[in-house]
Amino acid sequence: MQVEKQFKPKIVAFCCNWCSYAGADLAGSSRLSYPADVKIIRVPCSCRVNPLFILRAFERGADGVILCGCHPGDCHYSTGNYYTRRRMTMLFSMLDYLGVEKGRTRVEWVSAAEGVKFSTVMNNFVAKIYELGENVKLGDLRCKK
Amino acid sequence: MQEIEKTLRSRCAELINNGTCDKVIAWDRGEFFYDNSPATFACADCAQKLVYDCFCGANLSKYLIQYAKEGKTAVLLKPCDTYSFNQLLTEHRISRENIYVIGVGCDGMVDIDKIRAMGIKGITAVKEDGEDLVVSTLYGEKTVKKADCLLEKCVSCKSKKHYVFDELIPEADGEDVKENGRFDMVEKLEAMTAEERFEFWQEQLSKCIRCNACRNACPACTCRKCVFDNPHSGVASKANADSFEEKMFHIVRAFHVAGRCTDCGECSRVCPQNIPLHLLNRKFIKEINEFYGEYQAGETADQRGPLVNYTTEDAEPTAVSDRGDN
Repeated sequence: MQVEKQFKPKIVAFCCNWCSYAGADLAGSSRLSYPADVKIIRVPCSCRVNPLFILRAFERGADGVILCGCHPGDCHYSTGNYYTRRRMTMLFSMLDYLGVEKGRTRVEWVSAAEGVKFSTVMNNFVAKIYELGENVKLGDLRCKK
Repeated sequence: MQEIEKTLRSRCAELINNGTCDKVIAWDRGEFFYDNSPATFACADCAQKLVYDCFCGANLSKYLIQYAKEGKTAVLLKPCDTYSFNQLLTEHRISRENIYVIGVGCDGMVDIDKIRAMGIKGITAVKEDGEDLVVSTLYGEKTVKKADCLLEKCVSCKSKKHYVFDELIPEADGEDVKENGRFDMVEKLEAMTAEERFEFWQEQLSKCIRCNACRNACPACTCRKCVFDNPHSGVASKANADSFEEKMFHIVRAFHVAGRCTDCGECSRVCPQNIPLHLLNRKFIKEINEFYGEYQAGETADQRGPLVNYTTEDAEPTAVSDRGDN
């Protein structure tokens, strides 16, 4: 008997300790729901996220990676997220260049007061990943031509 | 070229004799006539052996990190190599006062594989003759256009002008090449659909044998400890352990030099599998120019790289995903 496997996306969310993680906390304590597919990893600053982290998440089977940080100008360390912004723009354009769907990566700025925004962002992102389906492109490169 | 070589030999001998430098970093004849390799020449007599012909594609600036620590070193730099030299100065990897830069003129280096690809077999020597190359083979002589056999990096040469030097041989310096078309292939790839691009890169990157030549030859890859040598990184092995590593290696390699890459083309030149790695670097250069303003790494020695800088009005990362569907 064949059992149809339902697609359950794995989504990694890197959240900065000072804004987005607190935003997620607020979303929780305000009883706002966001999908359980999102696994949050707390980082000291969005700028802590090395491009390798994102690639590694994909390597380990993530279907989408979202990076949340303080709004530009509000970084706890003054300027961290400005660097994140440039780096991620570059990384995303490279992933796009290599033919990986653009929708699988995203950066959002979520402050500690934006519990509602956090939950909407996550709901939208998860919906997008459902739409894109399973991430196969980053896994099967070794298939020789 | 022959004349330049003669001048270089005598000038280098002179520099060693008069104490300006105690060694010269230049090219030596390799095992075959087409694999001139970087070498140090530490006496006036040895300097007579240095080679300068159309197979001196190697960028010598990276060798200065290791060999110019002590004493005074002279180095031969082609125009494109001077960008890398400036970039190394910017990053304090070498110190200017220990190095005597001899800028050598260059009118494009030759790729032996391109000559072979024309179906010419049994090549025993290649001589330059103006715009042409005279290829001696076991079966007689053949003449080909030099322009058809240039190294990939020389096809889209960005400058014939030395950006740093103590003296020039020959004395007349060239000009920047304005229309070099170096982003043509990047644009061609961008115009493809995501599927086609993925196919293209999968085919290219699955050729990778992780020899690390691209990393080792790159003048921008100068970290004392490389992320790929970290035994805890999970990628510190020669062979790729799983499906994703090639792509990860190449994305991260290109990312680590983004904003510092001078587009010297060494990565593609040294790749034994002929992967067009410069296309990854050029993509970053193109994006940086587009998003953060025109920037050429290594033009001067005191620039702040675009990825270690910011403005409050930078584009959001969504600018990438909003750029159309393909």
